Formats: sequence, C-alpha cells, structure tokens
Amino acid sequence: MKVLTLNFLTCAVKTCKASNDSFPLHPKDAELAKDGVEINPQLLVNVLPRIDWTALRTTSTELGFPALPEQPPTAEDLTSDEKMLQELHTLLLETQMLEGKLVCGHCGHEYAVREGIANFLLPSHLV
Amino acid sequence: MLPTPDTSHVPYSRVYEPAEDSFLLLDTLSSASETSFLTSHFSPTTANPRPAAPLVLEVGPGSGIVLAFLTAHALTLFGSRTLLTLGIDANRFACAATASTAHKASTEHAATAALFLDAVQGDLATALRGAAADVLVFNPPYVPTEELPALLPPAAAGESGDGVASGWDEDSRLLALSYAGGRDGMETTDRLVAALPAVLSARGVAYILLCAQNKPEEVKERVRGFGAGWKAETVGSSGKQAGWERLQIVRVWRAGVTGI
Repeated sequence: MKVLTLNFLTCAVKTCKASNDSFPLHPKDAELAKDGVEINPQLLVNVLPRIDWTALRTTSTELGFPALPEQPPTAEDLTSDEKMLQELHTLLLETQMLEGKLVCGHCGHEYAVREGIANFLLPSHLV
Repeated sequence: MLPTPDTSHVPYSRVYEPAEDSFLLLDTLSSASETSFLTSHFSPTTANPRPAAPLVLEVGPGSGIVLAFLTAHALTLFGSRTLLTLGIDANRFACAATASTAHKASTEHAATAALFLDAVQGDLATALRGAAADVLVFNPPYVPTEELPALLPPAAAGESGDGVASGWDEDSRLLALSYAGGRDGMETTDRLVAALPAVLSARGVAYILLCAQNKPEEVKERVRGFGAGWKAETVGSSGKQAGWERLQIVRVWRAGVTGI
C-alpha cells in the first residue's frame, strides 16, 4: 500500500469520523519496500493540492523518513526543483507498506496490513 | 472500442466474473456522451487552470475490470492522465485481483494511463476520508435475496476480521457478497446511496448500476431529495425486455460544480 493511499484513508468506525484523531492512521510495526514507479511530474503537481499535508508529515515521520517542511511546496517550487520532485515521488508513490498495522488515534483499533493489502472490515462489535 | 482489460488471472471460484453488468459499465463510461461529460467536468478552466488530480474510487471492483479500464484509458475517457484510482472491496481476493488487473492494463496502455493507487479491503467507502471521491463507480450486489451474506467469515466475525477462512462455504460467501442484495436487492446499495453526500467531493460524480427490481426511479428521487443541485439521470441501459430495461446505470452529481 502506497503512502499516498494512506492520505485518503481513515478509521472506518462511525463514531470516529467526527474526531480529528482518527486521521491519519498511525503505522505500527510497518515493513516497507520500494517499488519502481515511473515519475510523472504533472501528476505530482496536480496531486499536491489534494494532499492533506499535515497528515502526510505525520505519516512520513512515523514511517521513519526525514521531516517534511511545514508548508507544502508550491507548484512552481516543485516544477523547478528536480530533487524535491523525486523525493516526493519516492515517498508518495514508490514507498509501499507491505506488513504491519494502522492504528486509529481515537478508538485505538488496529487495522492489519498483510501482503500490501490493508483490511478495514470491522469486527461486529464495532460496526 | 477501447480494449477490455485482461482478467484471465482472476480466480472466479471466489471473485465475481465479469458479466453483462460489468460490460454495461464499460460501454456506458466509454460512450461519447459520458466521455464528453467527464472530460468537460474535470478539465481546466480559466478560473481554475490547474484542477487538483481527481480521485476515482470503485466500490466492489471484483476482478478489477472496470477500474483497470478507467485507469488504462484515462486520457481517452477523462481527457487527462493526471488521475488517481483506488478500489475498495470486502473480498480480499478481489483486492489482489483488482491490483493485478489494473497493473497489467496500465502497463499495456502506459501512454494513456492514470495512476492506480491500491485496492484495499473494506465495507463500501467507510474507510475513505470524507468528501474525497471525485468519481465513484459501484456495481452493487443487486439481486433480491432472502438475506445478506456476512461481511466477515464466521470465525473472524468477533475478532480482528483478518482470520483466514477457506473452503467451499467461504468461496460461496465471497461470491454471494458480489451479487446478493437482500430486500429488493437494495440493502447494500441503500447504504452507499445514503453515504453519497459525505463521500463525494463537491465536484463528485457517481455511477451506480441498478436492475429493474431495485426500483431505479425511487433511487433517483431519493438522490434529488438530497437538496438543491443534486441530479440523478439514467445514462446507460441494457437487456431491453418487453419495454423495460433490465439493467441501467444512474449518474449522480451536483449541477453547477466543475473543475476545482
């Protein structure tokens, strides 16, 4: 599962939706791998405005990557800075979480990730 | 005719095999009227020259044939390759199948392909961040049945939900999840429709497949009742019998919102 995907996923428990603590989910015991993906600068520039940057910074730090700047780069920053483009591409699209757990900061529920597939089905007592 | 994604690797004993409904979705989404609607809906405008990359979500992709088609032919269907695609399916085997189908098709059509993110296991769009879906496609379990299959295998129901079940009963549960719709075939679709205002972005467009027993006119009325601007129209149909359509595709969107 890609780091960018994590930016779109939240705790599936209904009562967690209203809480800011349910997003982003916190990776635990994450086993990472790097997948080669062809870089598409235009895609990254257009993806940038729909990323929750604060959440991405949290995820990135929790996965053990160097801290991201506090503010997201602008489209102009990104198109003129090849190194930044490449780093963001690697983090968002090439870094895969293969195994581990995703923990909700509100209810504490742990979602399992196995073979790169996260499981958001809830046990019956949480539905 | 755009090429149909290869699904020869999909284990059909436990994942829904593409059928008339899947092909109706492919035909409708690649029809001249829908590609022109989608292209103009998500294209840059003078007020918004660089719209954010749309997220295309398919709920219950099964074999992945529809999501892979949308991914591989993005440039033709949406007029742009800068899209992200995501699948959410209750069936873990369907998640693996969808990822393979999407990767295969986008490698084969690299020049026109969007970026496939992942297929994750989940119940409808409950795990998706609010208002994140710009395009939502749903080929639901629409067959009227006595009861709904359980979302989890019996052994795992009380636990974490990732218990490993196998065997013939488990395979039939997984297949039933893909077609059995409970009362009027609408028990699952009703939950998805009710969630649309929270799941779709302001510019979001949903395509939902319905059969005649699902009472499509009532579904469209319910969507229009969400409030001012909500639209629901039939944009594709098949299986004409004695004057009524067996299957149809309803497009749901909010009028007056494009780009962004």
